[in-house]
Amino acid sequence: MAEKIVVDARGSFCPGPLMELIARLKFAQVGDELEVLSTDRGSANDIPEWLNKVGHQLLGAREENGVWRIALKKMK
Amino acid sequence: MSKKISIIVVSGMRERLQMAGMVASIGAVSGDAVTVFLSMNALQHFRRGAVEPAPVEGAFGKLLESKGAPPFRHLFQSAAELGDAKIHPCSMAVDVLGVEPADLEPWLDEPMGLTRFLSEAHGGQVWSF
Repeated sequence: MAEKIVVDARGSFCPGPLMELIARLKFAQVGDELEVLSTDRGSANDIPEWLNKVGHQLLGAREENGVWRIALKKMK
Repeated sequence: MSKKISIIVVSGMRERLQMAGMVASIGAVSGDAVTVFLSMNALQHFRRGAVEPAPVEGAFGKLLESKGAPPFRHLFQSAAELGDAKIHPCSMAVDVLGVEPADLEPWLDEPMGLTRFLSEAHGGQVWSF
C-alpha cells in the first residue's frame, strides 16, 4: 500500500501551499498519495489546475471548517 | 505544453517583487522555461543574506507581511530550486551597484547582459515588474 503523506500548509497564502506540495512531491514515490491541507481559497483552485497541467491525479478536494483538503496521487 | 517565460524585474517595491516571484515560481514549477532578469532597484534585495524588508507601495504590501504570504525571496528561490528557473542579475546593475557575483544569493545564475536576455526572450512571453 502506497504511503499517505500529509502536507500541512494551513496559514500560508498563494503560492505557498503549492510550493510546499511540490517540495514534498520531489521526495515521494510514484503512486504515493498525498493530501494538502490549506486555508487559502485560491490554492484550493490552483492546486487542482496545477495537477492537471503537469499530469498528477486529483483524487478529491473538499472543504471542512475553512480547511481545504486536496488529495492526489503522484503519477510520474 | 511548455512555454518560454521571461521576466524583467526592475522595481524594489514589495508588491511588485512579490508578484514577479509568484509568476516565476508558478511558471517554473508548471514546466515552463523561466528566465528572470534582475536589474535597477530590484537587485539590491538579492544580496547574499539580505533580510531587510522591501519598502511597500501601499496597504496591500503591509498585508502581505502581516498575513504571512511567502516572502518574495523565497518564491524566487523556489522557482530556481524546484522549477529550474534561471535567475540572472543584470550585468549592468551588478557593475553600478558595485557588487561581485559572490556577494549575491548563491541560487542566482551568472550575470547576464541585456543583449543575451533579449535573445533568450525572443518568441516567448515577456513580463515586467
